Amino acid sequence: MPRTHALRTQVQCTVNGDEVDFLCADEASLLNALRDELGLTGVKEGCGTGDCGACTILVDGKVNCACLMFAPEAEGSSILTVEGIAQGDELHPLQQTFLEGAALQCGVCTPGFLVAAKALLDDNSDPTETEIRYALAGNLCRCTGYDKIIRAVQEAAVQLNGASK
Amino acid sequence: MRYAAPTTTDEALELLRSDPDSQVFAGATDLIPQIRAGRPEPSLLVDLKRIERLVAVSRVNGAWTVGAATPTSALTANAEFSSTFPGLSEASGLIGSDQIQNRSSWGGNLCNASPAADSVPALIVNDARAVIACASGERTADVADIVTGPGETSLADGEFIIEFLLDNPPAGASDAYLRLIPRTEMDIAVVGAAVQLRLDGDSVASAKVALGAVAPTVVRVPAAEAALVGSTLDDAALAAAAAAASAACNPIDDKRGTIQYRRQVAGVLTRRAAQIAAQRAAEHPTAEQQEQGAN
Repeated sequence: MPRTHALRTQVQCTVNGDEVDFLCADEASLLNALRDELGLTGVKEGCGTGDCGACTILVDGKVNCACLMFAPEAEGSSILTVEGIAQGDELHPLQQTFLEGAALQCGVCTPGFLVAAKALLDDNSDPTETEIRYALAGNLCRCTGYDKIIRAVQEAAVQLNGASK
Repeated sequence: MRYAAPTTTDEALELLRSDPDSQVFAGATDLIPQIRAGRPEPSLLVDLKRIERLVAVSRVNGAWTVGAATPTSALTANAEFSSTFPGLSEASGLIGSDQIQNRSSWGGNLCNASPAADSVPALIVNDARAVIACASGERTADVADIVTGPGETSLADGEFIIEFLLDNPPAGASDAYLRLIPRTEMDIAVVGAAVQLRLDGDSVASAKVALGAVAPTVVRVPAAEAALVGSTLDDAALAAAAAAASAACNPIDDKRGTIQYRRQVAGVLTRRAAQIAAQRAAEHPTAEQQEQGAN
C-alpha cells in the first residue's frame, strides 16, 4: 500500500528575520519545506545525507544540514538561509569576497559555504587557516579545490575586523 | 510517517506503546540517511529533543548527568567537561562535521549501534551508565551492555535512553581516544582506541582499554589492561598491550582497511592512547584534586 503523504502539519518559526508559518508533511525534510513552501531555493540539495553541506542553514545560530532535519522540528526556531545574509541590496562581506576572489565555479555549494563561513566568523572573528578549513570540512566543493574559498573567508574576516575597529 | 515531539518521558513512552512501528530519534543524522538508503520507514517518528532531561547537562559534586540527546557540540564546548574527560570529549568531537556535531548525540551514537561509533569506546573506559526509560519506569545499565551487535541493542521495544551517568575520574586518572581514518576529517573509524589510566607515582595503578571498529561491538581488552597495570609504561609493557589489542580484534575487510591492517593499527593506537592518557594523568589534576587544592 502506498504511504500517504496527506498529513499536514503547521509549523511556525522565524526565517531570515521574518515570522513565518507553513504547512508540511510530517516526513518532509526541512530542506524541502524551505524550498517548496517558502521558495528559498538558495538551500541546495547535494547528497541528501548530511555529507556535502550544500543545504547548510543556521538553526538558532548553529550550522545544520537542512536535509537531516524533519520540517516539523523547526517549530519555534530561528532559521537563517543564504537569502538572509545580505543587508537589503548590500552584500555581506563574505558574498563580496567570494565574488571578487572567484571563490565559486558552478555555484551549487556556494550558499552552504557562505552560511557555514558566516557561522564561523560570527563565532571567531579572526580564525586561522586551519580553523577555517576545519570549520568548512562539512562543505564539499567539486570545482574550486577550496583554496579560493579559504582566501575569500580570510579576506572577509579582515574586512569585518577593519569595519569593527 | 507521523511526527511527534513529546515533552516528558512518560508522554514519549505512551507514544511508543501506542504504535509498535514507532522510532525515537535525536539528531536523525543516521536515521534519515538510512531511510533514504531503503530502511523501512517507521510509521511514527518520536523526537526526543523537546524533553528537558534529554538535553540537560549537569554536574553535582563529582557526578555528571548528560542528556542522551545533548548535541556533542555542546559537550566539546563545555570547558569543564572537556578538561575532566579529555578523551571522551575528543571522541565526541570526532563525530562528523560541525553541521553533524550540532545534531549528533551519545544516545544516537550508541543506539545506532555501529561498531565504529566514536563516543562508545570512550564512554566505556569511563564506566558510563545509561538511564533507560522503560515500561516499569526507569532502569540503569552499563553502556558496555547496550550494544549487542551491528545495529542491535539490548533495549526492549519502546525503551529509550534518557541520560548518561558519569563519575569524575579518580585522582591520578585520565583518558585518551585516538582513531584512524583515511583523511583528516569527516570519515568513519578504521580503528578507534580509548584508554583510561590511573597512575600511582610513575606506575600504572589501573587501566581500561576499549577498541572500536575492530569487531561487531566495541571490545574491552583485559589482556592489554593487565599488561599495563603495574608497569611504568616501559617499552615491554606497551608492546605487550599492543600485541594484546591486536589479538583481541575480530575485524572485517572493507574499503577502509583490511583485517591485517586493522589488527596492526589497533595495537599502534592502543600504545599511543595509553601514552597520552598517562601524560594527562600526570599533568592534569582531576576536578577532585582541584577542589581539594582550593580548600
